Amino acid sequence: MDFNACTRLEAAWEVLRQITDPEIPVITLDELGIVRDLRETAGGLEVVLTPTYSGCPATEAIQDDVRNALAAFGDVEITLQRAPAWTTDWISEEGRRKLKEYGIAPPGAVAEQTIRLVHPKAMAGLACPRCGSESTEKLSAFGSTACKAIYRCLACREPFEYFKPL
Amino acid sequence: MSMSPDVQYLLRIGDSCLILAQRMSEWCGHAPILEEDIAMSNLALDLIGQARGVLTRAGELEGAGRDEDQLAFLREERHYFNPVLMELPRGDFAFTQLRNAGVAIWLSLLWQRLAESKDAEVAAIAGKAVKEVAYHRQHACDWVVRLGDGTEESAARVKAALQTLWPYFNELFESDAVDEAASAQGLGPAWSELQADWQTQFSALLHAAHLPQPAASAYRSGGRRGVHSEHMGPLLAQLQYLQRAYPGGVW
Repeated sequence: MDFNACTRLEAAWEVLRQITDPEIPVITLDELGIVRDLRETAGGLEVVLTPTYSGCPATEAIQDDVRNALAAFGDVEITLQRAPAWTTDWISEEGRRKLKEYGIAPPGAVAEQTIRLVHPKAMAGLACPRCGSESTEKLSAFGSTACKAIYRCLACREPFEYFKPL
Repeated sequence: MSMSPDVQYLLRIGDSCLILAQRMSEWCGHAPILEEDIAMSNLALDLIGQARGVLTRAGELEGAGRDEDQLAFLREERHYFNPVLMELPRGDFAFTQLRNAGVAIWLSLLWQRLAESKDAEVAAIAGKAVKEVAYHRQHACDWVVRLGDGTEESAARVKAALQTLWPYFNELFESDAVDEAASAQGLGPAWSELQADWQTQFSALLHAAHLPQPAASAYRSGGRRGVHSEHMGPLLAQLQYLQRAYPGGVW
């Protein structure tokens, strides 16, 4: 590919913005809030990412996806920036809308959550992503991935996942 | 062995996460309910992720070219520095949850302090881990309350677990020259500084779970100096098997 300096970076951003999360394929990495920066280097590009969970098995798959998608731009160097730590507050509005549409209740604001030593089973105000009822109960603190919990709607009876605030 | 205090201090923390993760992973396929099976595997994954970060940093500070894998898989038993608490066999479900609760409260206090470490890398690892461990603590504490306040059988199980585990918690709050040096350098707190807050939170948990507060007990320290219980060898045999059988094997 042949680009001049300015449009080359823009074109790379264009590609980078399309890459989706390997475990929740409706949301892009950018909407998930893990893309920190994209810079040009002598041989290609440097992408700065913030990992989500310490033990998230998708971290390596994400790096591979980014490398493959941007391969046309030369060498792709990936820098993991751990501080400040990723927070679900960085998930964009568009990302939250897509999560909800996909059946995953988006995370509330981190500041509003108090993680108590011993907490009640139900979390007040968590709306079912399907029918919108706030009458829901927790089934399990951990779902198919560490970042999600499993809830059940008491109105429509459907189970759903909840992206936990972190 | 001669090892600089900062490296040993970090290995104590990284090994604690690693060895507890190994015990937690043993529940995969064996938990009483599917949801809990998934939860414990997720907890183990978080702990492994935290161990990877800390072991990598320990290897960098050591400067001998050892990476996270070499440190995790290729040390001899005496060169692991986790408290003995982490290596005790997983026991029954009550034992597992009570140990997890005690460790999560401790790690939560430790990560909070490490988030202010003068070592920027350690601070970054801790800044992330402190948020993850909050969910571990909540999950384990929920279970301890549910078991303590549950049936006669569940209450008896968690009481027995408390009796067994109680002396082993002491080692989490020991301090020695390694801690003093780490504290003086601003790397992290001497572990004894965490004891009062841990005791307050753990007592609140026991109270909520209707469990009696055990009396102070005698104990023998060892793991933090590399002197382990008889359970450590078999654990390491399983942990290290693949790298010992197929040296340098990668995914």
